[in-house]
Amino acid sequence: MDMQVAKKKLGLKERYAVMTRGLDWTPSYQKMEDIYPYVAYEGIKIHDWDKWEDPFRLTMDAYWKYQAEKERKLYAIIDAFNQNNGHLNVTDARYINAVKLFISGISPLEYVAHRGFAHAGRAFPGPGPRVACLMQSIDEIRHAQTQVHSISNYNKYYNGMHDFHHAHDRVWFLSVPKSFFDDALTAGPFEFMVAIGFSFEYVLTNLLFVPFVSGAAYNGDMGTMTFGFSAQSDEARHMTLGLEVIKFILEQDPANVPIVQRWIDKWTWRGYRVLTLVAMMMDYMLPKRTMSWKEAWEIYFEENGGALFKDLARYGITMPKCAGQIALEKDHLSHQAWSTFYNYAAAANFHTWMPDDDEMKWLASKYPDSFDKLYRPRYRFWREQAAKGNRFYSKTLPMLCQVCQIPMVFTEPGEPTKTCYREVDYRDDKYHFCSDHCKKIFEDEPEKYTQAWLPVHQIYQGNCFPEGTDPTVEGFDPLAEVLKFYNLEHGRDNLDFEISEDRKNFAEWRGQATRNI
Amino acid sequence: MSTVFIALQTNEETRQVIEAIVQDNPDAVVNEQPAMVKIDAQDRLVIRRETIEELIGRPFDLQELQVNLITMTGNLDQTDDEMVLYWNA
Repeated sequence: MDMQVAKKKLGLKERYAVMTRGLDWTPSYQKMEDIYPYVAYEGIKIHDWDKWEDPFRLTMDAYWKYQAEKERKLYAIIDAFNQNNGHLNVTDARYINAVKLFISGISPLEYVAHRGFAHAGRAFPGPGPRVACLMQSIDEIRHAQTQVHSISNYNKYYNGMHDFHHAHDRVWFLSVPKSFFDDALTAGPFEFMVAIGFSFEYVLTNLLFVPFVSGAAYNGDMGTMTFGFSAQSDEARHMTLGLEVIKFILEQDPANVPIVQRWIDKWTWRGYRVLTLVAMMMDYMLPKRTMSWKEAWEIYFEENGGALFKDLARYGITMPKCAGQIALEKDHLSHQAWSTFYNYAAAANFHTWMPDDDEMKWLASKYPDSFDKLYRPRYRFWREQAAKGNRFYSKTLPMLCQVCQIPMVFTEPGEPTKTCYREVDYRDDKYHFCSDHCKKIFEDEPEKYTQAWLPVHQIYQGNCFPEGTDPTVEGFDPLAEVLKFYNLEHGRDNLDFEISEDRKNFAEWRGQATRNI
Repeated sequence: MSTVFIALQTNEETRQVIEAIVQDNPDAVVNEQPAMVKIDAQDRLVIRRETIEELIGRPFDLQELQVNLITMTGNLDQTDDEMVLYWNA
């Protein structure tokens, strides 16, 4: 890039003032509360919207200029990657399953984030946050689009990605990320900003994008690396917005502090539970690993989050209470998640496998306190069974947590061989939870979470079969019908990597790429 | 003491920016990771336009950094002349 830097007539601060605040006006023939109906009901008190500061001081004209530059770079690289059969340069075909998880689990969230920030921005009477939300809303739709464009090249060659949005709205485990964002989107505008802008973007997003995208680069996936870094360049701005939102709300009125603290506690835990998918992606799905989930958690949450909450202590904000439990889970999270997906590989849109000896060695070195003792013996047993032709696929539907919607596979904090169950009676029903934190979230807002669309309940109620299915006929196979409802093909999109078409095709095509046959 | 950091893509545009950051923050630690460079500093990190301009030999707008930015942490204050990341505590 050789950017022309024009001599500016105004300094950055003045430009920002003129191009944001200067564009706002006070309505004369409509009441403020009619124009901004959602701004008061959450109990957040704002006295002076002009105290809002955008530390980047980015104005719309500069925004378009730099975003255009990012797009030009991105699409040039995607073209080059596709034209050179870049997909054959990834470390091995197992890696592509991480991409499948990304397109069906994460990319649809980018689109929902686009809608969320458009909605939140519209709800705020202050021009500063409105402009910042507008930019973020446009960023998020850009992320959804660039991810679809980059990953569409993989969809030409590999299975499981053909109907990712349909899958996102239906497949059992994808209700975890989907319900997370739907939960945020249906909250008020301030809670949405704390949930997504602060807790997700500022506190947790580094864990999603930085190690994973750096991992994609390490595994030869130029497409993912490029859209990832392009998206991440916007994330830096989003994180700044998230921190600014928090500081702004807290400085406006001391009565805001307990409300914000409750939202931080809730959304840090909600976000962390969603990142379970990322934990297993890092520890199991990248053939070449950059860092373990545990290491990433220590750098980006414990160290960085520690500094952040120390900084926010002056407002009376404390580290979310769930941090203690998360610290106890970091030795177990990815292993428990991967074991679950290994078992449910018949009902997923990607393949799973058992780590090989070298990978087990790596896992043991990264998780010295847990891997050899608890997880290696389990994997060894499953490997032996698979070698004997008994690769196990669980066809029994699991009990789900009412809040995070993850199967109840997590263990008691500090007791890694005992499954954690919590329950609450509400009205005439019993509700189940994976943890004290999800239970607490339910107890604070039971009216909201009793409405959860839980995939397992829906399957049992007969709502996840193709129209016209008769479950009473002889030999009815519920899993087969559910897969049809998901638009997944049994034996092609699911099951173990070892027997997959992806594995066979990748080996054949890579052979063709290096020899004349 | 708390760590602030900024991470940039590894490429020809950021090479001199990183050099400038190291010049202006002698105690900063540069971590090279696959395809990215993460720079850590204690409590405060400053990026100065003039230092970058001296190294690249052309006028530079600090907002250009956005194109190659991956992530950062700390409170931010940006003007035409410098971009500062800091923790208060």
